[in-house]
Amino acid sequence: MAHIELDLAHSYRADPKTDADYALLPLKMDFRDGGAYALLGPSGCGKTTLLNIVSGLLAPSQGTVKFDGRDVTRTTPQQRNIAQVFQFPVIYDTMTVAENLAFPLKNRGVPAAQIKERVGVIAEMLEMSHQLGQRAANLAADQKQKISLGRGLVRADVSAVLFDEPLTVIDPHLKWQLRRKLKQIHHELKLTLIYVTHDQVEALTFADEVVVMTRGRAVQVGSAEALFERPAHTFVGHFIGSPGMNFLPAEVDAGNLKLGPYQLPLPAGRTLPDGELRLGVRPEYVTLAEPESDGALPVLVTQALDIGTHLLLSATLGDTPLKARLAPDTPLPMPGQTLWLRLLSPHSCFYRNEELVA
Amino acid sequence: MNKPVNQKAWLLVLPVIVCVAFSAILPLMTVVNYSVQDIISPTRHVFVGTDWFAQVLREEELHGALLRQLGFSLAVLAVEIPLGIALALAMPAAGWKSSAVLVVVALSLLIPWNVVGTIWQIYGRVDIGLLGHTLAKMGFDYTYTGKPLDAWLTVLVMDIWHWTPLVALLCFAGLRSIPDAYYQAARIDGASQFAVFRYIQLPKLRGVLMIAVLLRFMDSFMIYTEPFVLTGGGPGNSTTFLSQYLTQKAVGQFDVGPAAAFSLIYFLIILLLCFVLYNWMQRVGTGDKGAGHE
Repeated sequence: MAHIELDLAHSYRADPKTDADYALLPLKMDFRDGGAYALLGPSGCGKTTLLNIVSGLLAPSQGTVKFDGRDVTRTTPQQRNIAQVFQFPVIYDTMTVAENLAFPLKNRGVPAAQIKERVGVIAEMLEMSHQLGQRAANLAADQKQKISLGRGLVRADVSAVLFDEPLTVIDPHLKWQLRRKLKQIHHELKLTLIYVTHDQVEALTFADEVVVMTRGRAVQVGSAEALFERPAHTFVGHFIGSPGMNFLPAEVDAGNLKLGPYQLPLPAGRTLPDGELRLGVRPEYVTLAEPESDGALPVLVTQALDIGTHLLLSATLGDTPLKARLAPDTPLPMPGQTLWLRLLSPHSCFYRNEELVA
Repeated sequence: MNKPVNQKAWLLVLPVIVCVAFSAILPLMTVVNYSVQDIISPTRHVFVGTDWFAQVLREEELHGALLRQLGFSLAVLAVEIPLGIALALAMPAAGWKSSAVLVVVALSLLIPWNVVGTIWQIYGRVDIGLLGHTLAKMGFDYTYTGKPLDAWLTVLVMDIWHWTPLVALLCFAGLRSIPDAYYQAARIDGASQFAVFRYIQLPKLRGVLMIAVLLRFMDSFMIYTEPFVLTGGGPGNSTTFLSQYLTQKAVGQFDVGPAAAFSLIYFLIILLLCFVLYNWMQRVGTGDKGAGHE
């Protein structure tokens, strides 16, 4: 178990010039000992690169990786004592399930009795005890991935266990089960876990802290709540949430907030810098209002869907598209109808140059 | 599910049946025809049943050739398969070096059989050949035309030189198809280089190795041209393999009946051994160890 500190950048090119040449822009990051982290971002954002740098499969082109204050930048995964689980199941075809699980221990010369005990514990956790004697090659993909997970978890003394989108090949209902299993294992073993995914639900349910990445940059590190309530970057607002945050062009002039032609009272206790801004509102925090009431804005409904748990409303305010999640008992609005919505609330966020300002 | 029945579909298979009939079935039937008849003259022939088969199977010469052949094919497999794997593992995986090495390795495969025989015939000569002369200088009493063992070894080394690259190329292709994740996982799991070979590379090579073993077995079991050019089957009949024995019978002595009978036996031996090899390789490394394992 280790506290991991990163201060690095990485480029797959020999002489990176522009930001676009970097797979990872310069970043500093801290992974607490025993924490459960998720790296979340779309494909190609650099999350797998970051993971491979932590595990030692890849050396960063600049900067350092420290485990418990010790510089391990140039050391191998073995020396770092890292476990990693990959996107697609990697199993040793000729071995049984038990032999597969025992392999990382056997390679490290752990005594046979101890191996047997650990394999038993892990198999129990993954509910594979009854399959230990089976040849691993004959199992289904999700079973194979469970073996991969098991091999990642079988060593009790690892510095950290890294997961690279490990549930991609797993059926949805099993996915949910395995995710809970991982969470439970985290509580039981107190390992440092780093989990890469592009699925926000996976990241938010699994991790204590989520690192949101885009285009080689870690734009925000925070809890699920922080990412939802106060996205530090418009990308986070957009990426987290379903649907993502609404962004509306706004202007502040001497303390007055203007949204297009509409003048709105500032939420109580908020001060905003003058000039152009973007207002960020979660669809969850858009509420229905009485026509012409104070602070309400008229929107044109383009589509309304009753999803059961809520009403998903698509509308436009002037030219700006807007999404809202309304209470399920709201009467279903018709396309073309005008609705009055209240956008501002204590939850509203304001952005300038993509960064949160208030 | 209801499959539509349409007997006209047989027409689509007809071209294949015609092709196979003319290229394989009819010639084979001709051989079968010869094998059960004593052809005395083009107009006189007598049906003899299985007499030729019985006669051929009792021939001492055939037993010798068969044993030599089995020994040769086993030696070929025992050397070429491990050597081919080792070569493939040592070859650079990517870049211009990889291309260059591939071309060099494949070179011997492009040489026609009789030319290979001629090359080695000269190469092994003690007076003007590089190999023969060097061995003689080093004090070995080497002569492939005089000593049976030397002749046998020369044919074996020639075959290894000629065909190991095929095994190497097949294995090289097999190795390249192993996803990187396996190697990464092995590094994470702390596997030694031997363990990577034993538990990842070798199992993943099973498919190509099966092809390599079958090809090399069949080819070496039918080897004809190279020993024919190099030693002509001698000295004595130390390098007379089955096909050479067969040719002597059929073309040399014109014993068409026994030759036909033997070629059928030859065919069945190859078929049987390939069947055994194939089934063994299919199963090795995949059988379940059973539920008794804890």
